[in-house]
Amino acid sequence: MYILIIAIHILMILIMKTITKKQSWNSYQKEIANDNLYYARSCIRQNFFPASEHMFLHILQKELGKNVFDDPNHTTCTGIGYHADVVLFDTIQTVIARHFALMTEAGLEHMAISCVTSFGLYTEVLHTWEHYPEQLEKIRDFLYKATKKEFNLPKSIAHTSDVIYSLRDEIAQKAQHTLINKHTGKPLRAVEHIGCHYAKMFPSKGVGGAEFPQVLAGMIESWGGEVVDYPERRHCCGFGFRNYLVQANRGYSMSNSKKKFESMEVYKPDFILTNCPGCSMFMDKWQYTIAEIDGKTYDSYGKGIPVLTYEELTGLVLGYNPWDLGLQMHQVQSESLLDKMGISYDPHLKYTDKHGNQLPKPVSPLHLTQT
Amino acid sequence: MIDVIIIGGGIAGLETACTLHTQGIESLILEKEKEIGGKLTQWDSLFPSNRNAKELVETYKDEIQKHTITVYVNTKVIAIKKQNDGTFEIFTSREIVFKAKTIVIASGYSIFNAERKEEYGYAIYPNVITSADLEHMFATKKELKAPSGRTLERVAFIHCVGSRDEKVGNHYCSRLCCVTGVKQAIKIRQMLPETHVFNFYMDLRMYGLGFEEMYREAQEKHGVQFIRGRVSEIAQTNEGRLQLKAEDTLAARPVRMQVDMVVLLVGMEAPECNSILGKSCNIQYNAAQFIVPQDIHYSSGITSAEGVFVSGTSIAPLSVFDTINHARSTALAVSNFLMPIQNE
Repeated sequence: MYILIIAIHILMILIMKTITKKQSWNSYQKEIANDNLYYARSCIRQNFFPASEHMFLHILQKELGKNVFDDPNHTTCTGIGYHADVVLFDTIQTVIARHFALMTEAGLEHMAISCVTSFGLYTEVLHTWEHYPEQLEKIRDFLYKATKKEFNLPKSIAHTSDVIYSLRDEIAQKAQHTLINKHTGKPLRAVEHIGCHYAKMFPSKGVGGAEFPQVLAGMIESWGGEVVDYPERRHCCGFGFRNYLVQANRGYSMSNSKKKFESMEVYKPDFILTNCPGCSMFMDKWQYTIAEIDGKTYDSYGKGIPVLTYEELTGLVLGYNPWDLGLQMHQVQSESLLDKMGISYDPHLKYTDKHGNQLPKPVSPLHLTQT
Repeated sequence: MIDVIIIGGGIAGLETACTLHTQGIESLILEKEKEIGGKLTQWDSLFPSNRNAKELVETYKDEIQKHTITVYVNTKVIAIKKQNDGTFEIFTSREIVFKAKTIVIASGYSIFNAERKEEYGYAIYPNVITSADLEHMFATKKELKAPSGRTLERVAFIHCVGSRDEKVGNHYCSRLCCVTGVKQAIKIRQMLPETHVFNFYMDLRMYGLGFEEMYREAQEKHGVQFIRGRVSEIAQTNEGRLQLKAEDTLAARPVRMQVDMVVLLVGMEAPECNSILGKSCNIQYNAAQFIVPQDIHYSSGITSAEGVFVSGTSIAPLSVFDTINHARSTALAVSNFLMPIQNE
């Protein structure tokens, strides 16, 4: 009887915790346009995760019938240069103004931004113009003198993870696979990691705010998984532009990721889901580096914890071929996750091009073993 | 028509009514809650004497009964209308309209809602509580444990939660949280001598009578550890403990610590009704919604509107000691105001 009372008490605490967290998330909901979008690409994501941006477009356009314009004239936002102090604020404002001009020329009013840092910068620039209208006029003048372009301000901007979040239930209805472990019948345990520039600068612009963001957690839960709330959940991955641009600082970058891995390890997560180019790359690649230095991996099998972008996870849920999603390009390989999700794959096609030609196979590292 | 209507039946309102009675002026108290005593009814003990808070409330209840001062409980003031003859009509949640020559606003304060400091996880992690919650635990529990049932090996107090904080929009100091943190830390050490207690502070403002002595005693006699640094975030570990991150600014080192319970020393805010009453009576209130007295030094109980007075924490965060003294001075100001009217 006593044990039953304790169990009920713990259950009540867990229910209350979930309710209050959701209340916190609810206070940070925002309007997210998910159709007739101008797509702002990232300058680095196509190198790190070659299929992610393509999959975003494919899923929205082909699977869900949305209108998304992928403009070949769109460029980098220069965010890396800005954060490295080599690009001036006036310059980045003018570059972003040009993107708004391209959106205006395309007859669109809503922008979907692929990179978390770009999203933070677009937000910062719009916020600046809202509070300092004279700055907006100055930038309009700069852009016109440089390009003869004029622009309307977007009616809304969203990070592309916001867009997938807003469509998560629609995606769940089309799901071929859920985030349930086929071997145990239990939800897969996911670590969600949000890029710092998504909401830490402007909490009201992120779904769920800065402390308990819901944008990735919402996808995981809608598709059957369970979110791991570990102590270092909010800690930065260590990407921080100055940390990786200056080679001597990279140890600091890695120590941040290591802190996170050590904190999440006891929860035995099945995968890590991120929405930032830098976080996805470093949480993937630093697992290799740490394994090489210490011989340490953070899963039970010496293979590491797979790190996915939200487009890759969406693709898996919708039944796409993992090799078309580019999962073989990650440092930590994802077969353990594919097996748990019950996704069949052909290992012989893992390193082939789209015509079936064999590509060179990477060398398997010593500690972070490849499948 | 009654001489004075006092809005609020906390200690400020009660003391104002009692002092007015000794001056031969009758008053009526309107209290929105079901009983009088205000926030003090939820408190366990008072600094620096460690006196039982309920004992003081009972003293006031006895006085009110002895002086046959009328109290309307469950009565929320909705609006105040000044008449052409300088008197007031007070509209409440009751059907009757109260009429008075003067009004004393003794609306008290609200406790800062700690959920607004999301990084501390109040109402998300069960073992993160507020100083008000701890006071309630002291008053009602025989054995002190974390809300989840954990034994308390380590407890951390976080000072200035909702005060002196630009992020939540409260620039002012709530003044009492520092000494409350010291008082509660001592009490935990007295109840659980094996428990380690840490207080994270910006600076300690021990301004009141006996406060500094309590602070010394907390360190020297009770072994409470004070760490100068703000806590940046709290998260829960797999074992149900709480991990907090801070910077020890004296040692110039980051601190990462696990504890079993965190107590947020929440500040005081002006109650919502202050702005309603302020607009209704055309009196001044500041950006934090506290009522601005006519002269902070010379006439701190008089507002900018003739016939409207203010008592206690409606003007700013005050201790019980300061609240009672302020209430008495307000009562004298009301008495001085009414004297010529009564002599007419």
